[in-house]
Amino acid sequence: MDSPVPVLTVVGLVVAAVATVAIGVYGVRMARTTSDFLVASRSVGPRWNAAAISGEYLSAASFLGVAGLVAKYGADALWYPVGFTAGYLGLLLFVAAPLRRSGAYTVPDFAEYRLGQPWLRTLAMLVVAVICVLYLVPQFQGAGLTLNILLGLPGWVGVAVVGVIVIANVVGGGMRSITFVQAFQYWLKLTAVALPALVLAVHFAGDDRAVDEPLPPTVVDATTVDITVDVVVQVAEPLTVTVRGEVDARPVDGRITLAPGEHELAAGTELALDAGSSVPVVAGAPSDGAAWSSPGAGIGEGPQHHLFQVYSLMIATFLGTMGLPHVLVRFYTNPDGRAARITSLAVIALLGVFYLFPTLLGVFARLYVPQLLITGRSDAAVLLLPGSVLSGWGGQLLAALVASGAIAAFLSTSSGLLVSVAGVLSTDVLRGRVRDFRIAAVLAGVVPLLLALSVTSLDLSRWVGQVFGIAASTLCPLLILGIWWRGLTAVGAAAGMIVGGAVAGGAALLAVVAPFDPATAGGWPSVLSAYPAAISVPLAFSTMVLVSLATRSRIPVDVGRVFSQMHVPERLGLGRDRELGAFDDRHSATAVPEPQPVPDEHDRPGGTIG
Amino acid sequence: MLAERRGARIVRTRVEVQQQTAVGDAMVRGLVRAQLGLALRVALTVVCLLGAVPLISHLLPGVAGVTILGVPLLWIGLGAGAYLLLFAFAWLYVRLAERNEQDFTDITDA
Repeated sequence: MDSPVPVLTVVGLVVAAVATVAIGVYGVRMARTTSDFLVASRSVGPRWNAAAISGEYLSAASFLGVAGLVAKYGADALWYPVGFTAGYLGLLLFVAAPLRRSGAYTVPDFAEYRLGQPWLRTLAMLVVAVICVLYLVPQFQGAGLTLNILLGLPGWVGVAVVGVIVIANVVGGGMRSITFVQAFQYWLKLTAVALPALVLAVHFAGDDRAVDEPLPPTVVDATTVDITVDVVVQVAEPLTVTVRGEVDARPVDGRITLAPGEHELAAGTELALDAGSSVPVVAGAPSDGAAWSSPGAGIGEGPQHHLFQVYSLMIATFLGTMGLPHVLVRFYTNPDGRAARITSLAVIALLGVFYLFPTLLGVFARLYVPQLLITGRSDAAVLLLPGSVLSGWGGQLLAALVASGAIAAFLSTSSGLLVSVAGVLSTDVLRGRVRDFRIAAVLAGVVPLLLALSVTSLDLSRWVGQVFGIAASTLCPLLILGIWWRGLTAVGAAAGMIVGGAVAGGAALLAVVAPFDPATAGGWPSVLSAYPAAISVPLAFSTMVLVSLATRSRIPVDVGRVFSQMHVPERLGLGRDRELGAFDDRHSATAVPEPQPVPDEHDRPGGTIG
Repeated sequence: MLAERRGARIVRTRVEVQQQTAVGDAMVRGLVRAQLGLALRVALTVVCLLGAVPLISHLLPGVAGVTILGVPLLWIGLGAGAYLLLFAFAWLYVRLAERNEQDFTDITDA
């Protein structure tokens, strides 16, 4: 990892970053308040829209994290990408068309529209803000890791650089979520992950090696690994290595043999593996190929209760996607409910194609860069693979491509998130002026930046999985029950969100701040805090239903009208588009007239906005 | 003559829905029930299919060990097959949901 800084990679990084910022600035000139986002985009076709949604959705967790998890945990980790895709099926089945017809463009907006209480809007806004902030943390950490791996910068430098770029960009008004930019991001990320995967597949086919043998992974050449954070590794068979640093709390300098079992490596330790030597893997991960390739190894919490881990992850990802603010707001750019459905369908196709490749890269990472399994920072797999497998220009070009894809992933997702949260905060908490939007953007950007610098850390994808769990325990029941059950009351919705959020959020907090020892109480505390959704989601739903039943007298009187608007096709002329608040106000100084809700005209073809 | 009467009825049924008369309300309730039933049936099928995978491979480890061209069946299933399954059911749902809406519009236009 100490190779000199590759010029091509630096060029790739800089080009991607500059292009993203420049297109954002230029796009703003073009879009102004006319809001490509809210008005013109109501006529954006499902294909562009789907590519844009996928472009914004595929974050560092998908681009880097999935391959890392597959390399480390094997078969059970395959559920992460499947879940990230299946979330859009949940969105399609229960949310897409009715939410578009409601005209609400964020969950807080929906909450007020459906239940008529401004205080519920505020509560939902708080939940959205927490989810956005937590979702930003792994993006920034991924950026820190990327710059650390590629350029050798200390981790905090990368976090700070990308954080400041994103905040400055959003504050400066750049990176409005221009549809075509985001759509382009999807194709860039797909290329950046597919091309290396295909090239490596060809390389692998000519290389007689298997991944699922009952042997630990091995390094081909002599390899030196720097341990940057304290880590516990497990060794499957006696392993002789050269160590300088601290092993099992004893200073070591020279060759030692590690006995099978777990060993503690302190930060700053240098581990030199001989050519052909087997590689110790981080504790909790399967240590040999057979255990890795078959299910049952768990996803980060060891084989204890592995079924619970998988099912809980399924619940979190299947139901969490519909609560993500930067995803929902894009559905508003569909012209009508029918287009919203087709967009979801297209997103499932695009994500399905994308996720084929991180899985492949994960497999190759276990073969070709197994030293990553020691440090636990397997998120770096995608970045390091091309350079370490292919020598010469080919490898460098691929590495540069991957680097630019990675930086595009951080910038697009984090800018999209920050725009969403700042828009919501500035209109709901502040007064919605341009200055308020900027204040909100700085606040909402600095908090995750500080968190990213101070908290270390789950794998990127696992952290994102926790955020999905929180969304699935708060906003998902609000949306599903709000759309399909007339009996929901504001009090019930609030109670459910608070209970679900407290349980899922509390578990996530424990897992990150004070992780449980897997040996405690049969492993349940650590498994439950890492994968709480199987408990918190049913709890949130049942709280919402029971409290609503208890407060039946407070069902909104206009629920019938609201249900007709949400479910009756637009061509019958019941729908309406809501006034544009959050995303338009901040530029309203530049004098484009506010679009007005179109009055009901049932003769208009194609819905309320033609 | 016939055409005129037909036109009058379209307006009336639309107005029933728009004004939320008892008839209109019942029609909307019927539509919501049909759409919810469809969404739940699709969701349940997919959840059962995908949800069975970890359970089967836990209870019958032999099945998970089956390989095709050297690649474990489970990896093919989760690495590629699951996405096809999700897309197929999403496509089916979109068709059926649109048909439900068409049926609803047909009633109001009848």
